[in-house]
Amino acid sequence: MGAMRAAAAPLSTAIVNLNHPAHYIHWGWFQISVANLLVIVLMLVVFVLALFVPFPGRRFQ
Amino acid sequence: MSVEAKQKAQWSARVRESAEKNLPPSQLLPDEQPVYVHSWIYVFGVLTIAAFGVVLVSGLWLSLKGPTWWHTSSIGLFVNSLHLWSAELFFFFMVIHLWGKFWMAAWRGNRSMTWVTGSVAFLASIGTAFTGYLSQQNFASQWIASEGKDGLNAAGIGAFFNVLNFGQMLMWHIVLMPLVVGALIVIHVLLVRKHGVVPPYPLEGQTEFDTGPETVVDVKPPSGGEGGAS
Repeated sequence: MGAMRAAAAPLSTAIVNLNHPAHYIHWGWFQISVANLLVIVLMLVVFVLALFVPFPGRRFQ
Repeated sequence: MSVEAKQKAQWSARVRESAEKNLPPSQLLPDEQPVYVHSWIYVFGVLTIAAFGVVLVSGLWLSLKGPTWWHTSSIGLFVNSLHLWSAELFFFFMVIHLWGKFWMAAWRGNRSMTWVTGSVAFLASIGTAFTGYLSQQNFASQWIASEGKDGLNAAGIGAFFNVLNFGQMLMWHIVLMPLVVGALIVIHVLLVRKHGVVPPYPLEGQTEFDTGPETVVDVKPPSGGEGGAS
């Protein structure tokens, strides 16, 4: 048990405390965890940035 | 039978000739790409492969000590976290790659099998991740196994495997599924090399980009000029 506590110790000092049940958002029948929603929003943001942010370096043809 | 005919009768000669015809070295490892590849949206395929490489290496590392290692060792916890977060990034990049290819209809120009192998690799990756979550050796894996068992039985495929059988699911996760996903990725990349990178839709009034690799535009910097990314 001592070894298990030692391995788990870094979790208690993490920047974000994850040692609790997930937070959920409800819209009628729809339910999603905040963590999953954040990942989906982040993917959408990165997708839009990939379309519009110029690629570095000169473009040769 | 002539010597040439004898050689053609051998499977090794036929495979070699087919490989030389469909994937010549200059096409397999190109040093130039069409000009439209000069965009961030074209980097997510290779980012997915890079994340897959970290998943494989960290997974091999974990296999040295077994699935309970991360419960009892801070190094094990670090390697397990490396495996988890590289898998998260693998899916993150793959989904953006999927969106990008969907909206540019990447199955155009005789690329249907490229699209199909990518789609099947995505589905196989979900199965691989699922068996990984079953291998955590904690209450979460027990919960996921019992819920997954009901879902898979309801879908009519529960007779083919038992998600409550830890040994079976661990072997699926570290042997069968990586082989399937790895093979699909290799075939997918070879098809991309064979047919070339899909061009975007042309703007109104713009000439359609030709889609074959034989029409690749030289995008190397002119001699003595400044270096460019592509």
